[in-house]
Amino acid sequence: MSAIALPRSPAARGSLWRRVSSQETLLAVAIVGLAVFVGLTNPRFLAANNLADILLGNAYIAVAAIGMSMVIITGNIDISVGALIGVLATVSGSLAVAGAPIVVTWLAPLVIGVAVMGLQGVIVAYLGIPAIVVTLGMLSILRGGLISVTGGKWITDLPDAFHLADIEIFGVIPMPVAIMVGATILAAAWMRWWPQGRAIYATGGNAEAARLSGVSPRHTLVLVFVLHGFFAGVAALLFATQLRVIQSTTPSGLEFTIITASVVGGVSILGGVGTVVGSTLAAILIAEITSALVFINVSPFWTHALQGALILATVIADIERRRRRLAGDVR
Amino acid sequence: MSAVASSPRAPRIAVRHEIILAAILIVALIGLGFANDRFLTLDNLLNQGRLMTEIGLIALPMTFVIITGGIDVSVGAIVGLCAIALGYSWKNLGFPLPLAIVFSLGVGAAAGFANGFVITRIKVPAIITTIATLTLFRGLAEGISQAHSVRGYPEWFYFLGQGDVFGVPTQLLILLIAIVAFGVALDRTSFGRTLYAIGSNETAARFSALPVDRVKLAAYTLSGLTSGLSAFVLVSRVTTTRSDMGMGYELDAIAAVVLGGTSIFGGSGTIWGTVIGLVMIQLLKNGLALTGVKGDATIMVIGIVLIASVLIASSLQRRRE
Repeated sequence: MSAIALPRSPAARGSLWRRVSSQETLLAVAIVGLAVFVGLTNPRFLAANNLADILLGNAYIAVAAIGMSMVIITGNIDISVGALIGVLATVSGSLAVAGAPIVVTWLAPLVIGVAVMGLQGVIVAYLGIPAIVVTLGMLSILRGGLISVTGGKWITDLPDAFHLADIEIFGVIPMPVAIMVGATILAAAWMRWWPQGRAIYATGGNAEAARLSGVSPRHTLVLVFVLHGFFAGVAALLFATQLRVIQSTTPSGLEFTIITASVVGGVSILGGVGTVVGSTLAAILIAEITSALVFINVSPFWTHALQGALILATVIADIERRRRRLAGDVR
Repeated sequence: MSAVASSPRAPRIAVRHEIILAAILIVALIGLGFANDRFLTLDNLLNQGRLMTEIGLIALPMTFVIITGGIDVSVGAIVGLCAIALGYSWKNLGFPLPLAIVFSLGVGAAAGFANGFVITRIKVPAIITTIATLTLFRGLAEGISQAHSVRGYPEWFYFLGQGDVFGVPTQLLILLIAIVAFGVALDRTSFGRTLYAIGSNETAARFSALPVDRVKLAAYTLSGLTSGLSAFVLVSRVTTTRSDMGMGYELDAIAAVVLGGTSIFGGSGTIWGTVIGLVMIQLLKNGLALTGVKGDATIMVIGIVLIASVLIASSLQRRRE
């Protein structure tokens, strides 16, 4: 059913119209269009520091969405990532407060993130347990564990050197934005041109066909979860270092915001299709919408409802589009 | 392979699983009784039954949904939405309370129907549909309530959540009736047998002219309806309405179902297994609480139990094959 997914990308290059109507272009247009619309209603929205805040405060969501997109492209899902980011941020901050070398505080979340996600990847790939069940269990282990260890206390008195997010490259580009852009480009290139990157699409498109053409779906799946853990570690680092305190609870529904970014970014939940450029653009769009609500006087309590409606609408549109394309292919 | 061939085998596996579970349950009961003399008292056990009802009402239709090979992670959010629907329509829209209750149950059924509709008609996978509606329903509850809680219900309203009938908590009686009803529906009706057929082989069920979509739609709608009932019980027990109510209920309900021997891949499972799974989870919570473990650590233990029980069930099944 999803075998049609693979030939899509070369075809997309061929037709100008398809390229113009791609999810990435639509998202870019939506980002600019929304900015213009809200800017006309309330010019303060377009102030440079507000736009910068939107990017800085949400770069970690875009980074986490890169790994999530890979997971979803293989036809799986992960709902433990929000809780994992909370745990990793707390571990990193606690180490910093305890006086560990800064490099250690930066590396620890990456290593633990890889270990936790790698374990989940092995359970999903080799023991055949659905990812939704494994990650639902892990979600509660991590969330329950974090609150019972920290008792809900915030971490304060972080050393100045810890704040990775304060560094500016060439004195102008803030680190979180640089990481977001760099990680997106690297991951996109890897998935587009490297054999192992292509294997992700092959596994998600048709695992049996992938196996027959020499790709091991199990290895690929574990690799994807390991990378997802790495990106979760980077995201946790950005989250931990953006403020002067680390809260023991991540924003509620963080995992769903990340999933929304991936799905709205064009990653098909049926597997095999999508790009991380799309998911990063979608993460920016979602952050922009959340910020815009404040400027057009809509209560921020509606944020989650809007997110839910957005993800549902995108998923339904994706399925309908596939059905139509499938019908077209038959003809 | 076909639905017909697998059905005589499936119950035998399930029965064996349930007997093992029941044995573990009895050992756990005795162990907890020895460890703490406050545990094996009638008061404590009845109180645990009271606390068990909210999850139990959700775990019953969750069994149906998982038997069909689906899943519903939006149930906790539906509880939140129904609680807000009840409180808001009564306090802010001026509905009489009985009407507000009916309205809230209707909202629950509609939410479940929406899930089922998207899953059966638009063919969106159940996982992604209910993840999306989880965000949507919880978001609606937050948006409608604007984070205000509703309090000050009249005294009679608390009868369901806090009252007793002949010494038995009111909601426990409702749960018992629901258990019997769901058990009979699964075992003795064509609706129930169709659930198994869909889970064993949906294509075969379709070719056998079974009403696959209608039955799945009914299962998800039931799931929403009992989530609404669960919200009613919950609001009545804790005397307040907040938009974050029912958060994490999906974990407890799914854990109870899976622990009770229902295959996460669909096709097998029983209501009685779910009931045992439910009781075990409640005892685990109670036992941990009595030994001084905080609620958050309990969530952690349930997560471990969920993963462990799925791993054990799948390795047992692999050995049998």
